[in-house]
Order: sequence, then C-alpha cells, then structure tokens
Amino acid sequence: MLKPTPFHSRTGPLCQGHSWANWAGFLAATTYEPDHLHEYNAVRTGSGLFDVSPLFKYDIRGRDALATVNRVAVRDLSKSRIGQVYYSVWCDDKGMVIDDGTISQLGEDHFRITAAIPTLAWLQDNAIGLEVTIEDVSEQFAGVALQGPTSRDMLQSLTDVDLSSLRFFRCTDGKVAGAPALISRTGYTGDLGYEIFVGPDDAESLWDAMMEAGGKFQMLPAGLATLDLVRIEGGLLGIDADFTSALQTMFPVQKLSVYDLGLGWMIKANKSFFVGRDALRREKASGSRYDTVGLELDVTVLEKVYAEYGMPLHLPYTSWNSAVPVFSDEPQKHHIGRGTSGMWSPVLKKYIVMARVKPEYAKLGNLIWIEDVVESHSYSIPARVVKMPFYDPPWKKA
Amino acid sequence: MAQYDVIIIGAGHNGLVTAAYLAQAGRRVLVLEKRDTVGGAAVSEEIFPGFKISSVADGCGYLSAKVRRELKLDARVETVPSDVVAFCPQPDGTQLTIWRDTQRTAEEIARFSKADAEEYPKFVELMSRIADVVGGLMEMTPPDLPEISLRDLLNGAALLGPVRRLGRKRIPDLLRILPMPSADLLNEFFEADAVRGAIGASSVLNITWGPQENGTAYTLLSSWAQSGTGLFRSAGVVKGGMGALTGALADAARGFGAEIRTGASVSEVIVADERATGVRLSSGEEHTAAAVVSNADPRTTFYELLEPHYFDTLFVRQVENIKYRGSAARIHLALSALPEFTALAGGDATAQLSGPIQIAPSLDYVQKAFDCTKYGEYSRYPYLDLLIPTLSDPSLAPAGQHILSITAKYAPYELDAGDWSAHKQSFADVVIDTLAEYAPNIRDVITDRHVLTPPDLESLYGLPEGNPNHGEMTLEQFFHMRPIPSCARYRTPIAGMYICGAGAHPGGGVTGIPGHNAAREILKDSK
Repeated sequence: MLKPTPFHSRTGPLCQGHSWANWAGFLAATTYEPDHLHEYNAVRTGSGLFDVSPLFKYDIRGRDALATVNRVAVRDLSKSRIGQVYYSVWCDDKGMVIDDGTISQLGEDHFRITAAIPTLAWLQDNAIGLEVTIEDVSEQFAGVALQGPTSRDMLQSLTDVDLSSLRFFRCTDGKVAGAPALISRTGYTGDLGYEIFVGPDDAESLWDAMMEAGGKFQMLPAGLATLDLVRIEGGLLGIDADFTSALQTMFPVQKLSVYDLGLGWMIKANKSFFVGRDALRREKASGSRYDTVGLELDVTVLEKVYAEYGMPLHLPYTSWNSAVPVFSDEPQKHHIGRGTSGMWSPVLKKYIVMARVKPEYAKLGNLIWIEDVVESHSYSIPARVVKMPFYDPPWKKA
Repeated sequence: MAQYDVIIIGAGHNGLVTAAYLAQAGRRVLVLEKRDTVGGAAVSEEIFPGFKISSVADGCGYLSAKVRRELKLDARVETVPSDVVAFCPQPDGTQLTIWRDTQRTAEEIARFSKADAEEYPKFVELMSRIADVVGGLMEMTPPDLPEISLRDLLNGAALLGPVRRLGRKRIPDLLRILPMPSADLLNEFFEADAVRGAIGASSVLNITWGPQENGTAYTLLSSWAQSGTGLFRSAGVVKGGMGALTGALADAARGFGAEIRTGASVSEVIVADERATGVRLSSGEEHTAAAVVSNADPRTTFYELLEPHYFDTLFVRQVENIKYRGSAARIHLALSALPEFTALAGGDATAQLSGPIQIAPSLDYVQKAFDCTKYGEYSRYPYLDLLIPTLSDPSLAPAGQHILSITAKYAPYELDAGDWSAHKQSFADVVIDTLAEYAPNIRDVITDRHVLTPPDLESLYGLPEGNPNHGEMTLEQFFHMRPIPSCARYRTPIAGMYICGAGAHPGGGVTGIPGHNAAREILKDSK
C-alpha cells in the first residue's frame, strides 16, 4: 500500500487523472492535469510546485559528522561551511556509484543528506568507529520544490528571508508562510528554484499558501512526468534511468563508476580518503569504460524515415528511459554505448538524449548514430555530441 | 630521516618478539608500552602482597620452540613442565588424570572404559598427525588469496612433510574433522563422559562456544598443534610466572639493541600521504619511524590508533564483524594450604595437582555451562580450568602458601542482568561453590581473592570484550581470514603500518608466532 505524503489532502483532489506513481513507497502525481504540457511550460516560464516529500533524508550529527560525510561523498566537503549545499555522488569501495544527492551543512557538526534510495545502512556502515549519530529524518519533513524563473519572486512574497542573498547551492533557516522551514536553493530542474522543507504538520498550510500566491506567478503544481523532462534538459542524472545503484545491480557489468557517469569533475586529486578513492585513482590512470554525454538528434533524418511510411514526424513528448543502442558508424553499426534518457525539448526545440559512450567518442561535435524504431523497423539516426546541460538559463545561478 | 626504523605499539609478548627479531636484524627499534610493566596480558603481578600472580595468561603458554631458540630465551627463562596434562576430578569422587605418557593415561582411562583405553593411543596418533598439518600453517604467512603467488606456493611446501606423514588416506579425515564439533569427534572415539570431557574441554577453553558447536574440533587441533606436550594442551609453568617470560623477551630485545619505554601511551599513529610515519603519545610527544607496528587488537589498531575513515567500507565492516566475545573470568585465590580433592584423599596429591586441573566432567556439562551465555547469563555450573603454580614454583607465594588461579567459564562480556560489577562476586561464589564439590576444604583455605571479569580484562589489559586472543580463534577467523582477509599478511592498507598481535595469524596463546611472522614480513618489505 503506497503511503500518502503530508500534502496528499491537497495534491489528491488536484490530480485529475489519478495518475499516481510509486516514489519510494509514496503516492506521487505523474501529472496533475491529464497532460503534462501546462506543467512543463509553467516550470520553464513561470514556476512549478513539486511535492518532493518522498526524498530520503538523513541527519548526521556529532564530532565526526564532517569526517563521515567526507568519507562517504566523492566531493571534497572539507571546506564546507554552515549553509552550504553540495551535490555529490557516493560510491562503493570500487568507485561504483551508489546514489547521488545533496549534502547540506546545517550546523557546526550537523549535515543532512538527501538520497533517492534508502541509505541508512550505508551511512551506518561508514560511520563505524566514528563519533556520530545518524538518523533517518525522511518522514520528519514535508518538502516542496518551487522551480522556475518566477520562483524567487514568488517565494519572496511568502518569507522574510532575503532571497537575493541566498546564492545557488546555499540553504538557510527561515519562516515560509509562517512555518519554520529550511529553504535550500537547489532543485532537480536545471532552473532557478528552491526546495522548502517544513514539519509535516505545516505541510497543508504551506501548500495552501503556495497555491494562493502562485496565481500571480504563473505557478502550477507539477508532477513526475514534468520533473523527468526538466531534469534531462538540466543534464541531471536519474537513478534507474541513467544508472543503477551499485547496491542494486544484479551483475557487476551493470555497475558504473563516477567517471563512467561523466562526474569525474567531482573528484579532487588531493582529497583525503573517501570510499572508492583508490579504485577511482586506478581507473583514472588506466581509463574508464564510458563517458556520459549529451546527444542532439538530427530530426530531419527522422522526419524522412517517417515520410517513407507516409507518416508525419513523431517525437517523444514525454521522456523515455531505456537502453537504446548507439553506434560509431553506419551502416557497420559498431556498438559504442547506449542512450539512457531522451526527449523532445519544447523549450529548445530539439530532440535531446543523455547517452553513455566509450570515452573516445565523447568529444563535443562528434557524429554518432542512435537507434530509433519506426513502425517496428530499426533505423540509425545521426546525432551530435553536445554540451550538457542542454538547457542552462542565465537566471539559474543569478 | 626518521628517528627509528620501526616503532612498536605495545609491549605484549608479540610486540616484544617482533622487537627482538627486528633489533636482532639490525633495525633501530622503539617499543612503547602504555602500562608501567611490559608483558601485556602475559604478566605477573603482586595482586596480593607476597604473591606473584600471572593475572591473565598462565601456565607456560605455547611459546614456539623456534622463537625460544632463535631469540636464545633458554638462557633467560626456565619453564617447569608438568607430567600431568590434565587432572580431572569427577563428581562421584573419582578422578581421571591425563599424563604426558600415553600408556600411563590409557591405564587411567581403563578405569572408566576398557574400549576407550584401547582407542586412546590411536586417537592420539591421528590427532597428532593432523595437528602437525595445522601446526605447519602456524608459522606461515597466509597466502594472498585468490592471487596466490609463487612465493606463497613455496611457503606451502612446509606442509608437504606433515601431509605426507599424515598419509593420503587420512587427508579426508583431516578435512572432515576440521569443521566438526569436538563433541561429535570425541563421541566417535570414546564412550566415557570423563574421557570426553577431559580431552574436549580444551577445545573451548579459549573460545566462546560449547563443544557441540561446529569448528570446535579445529580449535582442539589448534591447541594440540602448539601445546608442546604432544597432546591437546600445554602443561607446566614459567618459573617466576608469565611475567618472567615477557621479562626475558624484553631483556632479549634490549640485548639486541631495542629501546623499550613503559608508561608511554600512544594516542595515534601519524599518517601522512597514506603512509604511517610515526606515532603521537598522549603526552603530545611525537616519534618518527619508517614503519609502525601495532601489537594492539585489530579494532583498537584500526579504530583508535588509526582512523576508521582511512579505510574502505568493506574493510571497516569486516573489522566491525570480527568476533571478540570474551567469556571467561579469571579468579585468583590466595590459599593458606592446598585444596584437598576428595578424589585424591589418602594419597600424595601434589603430583596430580601440579599440572592443569579441569572441572569438566562431561562435554554435556561444558555445553550446558556454555548455553547460559546465549542468554547473557553466567554459568550456574561453570567449567573451570585451574592451576596451582606454587607447586612447581614455590617462590611465587610466601612459604607454605599457594596460589590457585582459575579460568572460569562461562562469563559473557555482557550480562543481561546489568553491569558486571554488581555480579562479579556472586559469580566468584558460584565458582568456589562448584570447586567445593570437588575439594570441600576450599573455603577454609582461601585467604584472599581477586576477580577479573571480561570487562575488567578489557579495561585493565586492553583486551576488547575480555577476549584474551584479540578475537576468537575459531576456524572462520584463522589463517588467511585472521583478522580479516585484507590484512592477514601482517600488512595493512596503510603503507608502513603492520600488525603483530594475537589478532593476526595464528592468534593468541603466548606463542610468539604472530610477532615472529610479522617481523619476517617487515624485514622483507624493508630490504
């Protein structure tokens, strides 16, 4: 039985098609309206309001809190300050990625980690011998993500916190609509946006205040269908879409390293020990199996394929998340990797794909081919390697 | 340049053995001991005025003949062997004595079972052969599995002799016996409870299991392999007590040029660029060295001297999962006269009493004693291992008086009823009551008593959970799995950092072999 989130009394009636998905055991709306397009446009031109309560959240407190998170995270948190938020992956001893999430420093000896999968055991394993307490606070907080170009102005109308001084990847305590909240300038949309966490008892009043204020800011509640579109545009990895947690793969070949996922930038050469460091060093020296790249498909070729069948061009208006073969050449079809997530981007007017390819094919501008199936026939569509994030508006970090 | 070639943390017997070997090889060695005396768990202390008591390790230990010879210890310390390997009084007032001599023992056994008396020599022969194979593993550095090297294979050649002597036909016996419960093994050979108890008790003397648990046949063999008696346990005392042995080791190490400092508590190993470069004392003083060796147990070494966040998750988890589980209390009694065992009434008791004395009349008795630990209780009818060292070395006590040292099992580290301090005297009463059933005068001759529970052993002697062996010496924590697979070769993931204590292969028992093996590997690395 899926559980309702603390916002369910409000999101329930709004979810017109009852299109609920399972997010970590909670009911999560896929779309509120029958189609996601309004919601998508709201995120890119106004704001979208996402219920992100199902995120796993862990508090790490104590003398060795920093040592613990710095041991787990691939990124170097040694210079973290209170109010700072890091996006990081964490990996196993072999450098294979387990999960990604944010790590916020909330106090001198207090960090909070958000995660997509249950992570308590992993954190406890890594805290053996360290002076910390680790608490699963997942259900102690209800969370919304308010994301989009109007999100700052809108949130400012509900809080005394001066949001103009809250920089990208910073967080602060403050009251939102009268309720004590943690305001974090983070999100999963590649846009300007905030995540706001309150106690479950304040969830409904927060939602009501947001909905009431939202009218002036072109805000709509938005569901997971939109979230997956905007995160692909934002070049953000999705667990179980672009990678599988190393703790959940069936076979070693399915595990992916930090470098395989194109996240080598997270690794600082002189960082003290972290889990997976030695394996990643060896991998850096000997080379990785993959790199992760953005692809832009040549839709004119796709259009011609459809034309052969007397059909108009069809594009993926919702995202796909499956392993699609990628080739280095045509017609020989040398297999070099796979597309993992793809979509037609309404804001970019482009067919974009996140892909994992052999590193020698990862150069920007490289021409490669990706499989598409039209009328059950397989075709190779040319695509260029392009920079990620695909969509990176100037107001995201401003 | 570093001040020392090697700094050894802890002057337990293994630390001293490592120090002696390294100094003998010309290395500049500093040994730092937290306590005011060297010896670690192999010490003699004046617990009662005028009595020199081997507080933790007792008897003559299992010191390797090779170590004794190579470090020239015979000139420095004397052991007094005993002919009696185990004197076993029975509840019905009879007794069984296991002598070094097989024939003499068989005659004793015949009083309990003719069939057992016939089996006994065959059993001793088989077990000795198998023990030789197990013993062959002791002085080896465990191989790096599964990446076994040519050198490891060559080291394995040491096993060829023992395996050949065992004979091809008996290799299946070896493989079958190792993981067996000792009770099953002994039940195959013997029918008399007294015989099974006398031999099988040693299989669990140093571990927290009962004889009906799998793998206890291995622990019996492990003890057999190192006993020096050709039987299942060592027998004898070190003249002057255990402290004389470690004192001799310290003298030997100093003689080779090692520097030993007591009262020097190391707070951490200094690690720079993932290499151990020295140590910091709790006084703040620092010393540098090319290599650092820990004689402490693995958990203390990796969690306290080093930092757990230096290591992989799997490594830390494996260290966390090392079974320590101490379950024996040490009880020392000062006696005004010898205990009078009913079973020896009317004769001269001193011969039988000068060796180990076992209150373990059957394996069921021992198993029942063990069962309590599963529920966090101490045994109501404990299995007792006793020694009266003053019969072999009267100098340990004032004239005419005696020491009775008892290893009392089972006393689990964690008592369900709460803190041990509120229960240790009542457990000691249970022990003395039990003893009184075999030696009724015992209460009248006790002039003083001293009780060390597992938490006491932990806090006073640095033995986590009160386990004297720095981790259970069970089959799954043996050889390449001791203390955990990735540091079974005395090296650790931190370059220049080694372990040499009982937590390393082949384990505890005052053998000196972990220290000997560690020194060999350190010398290999520093050539």
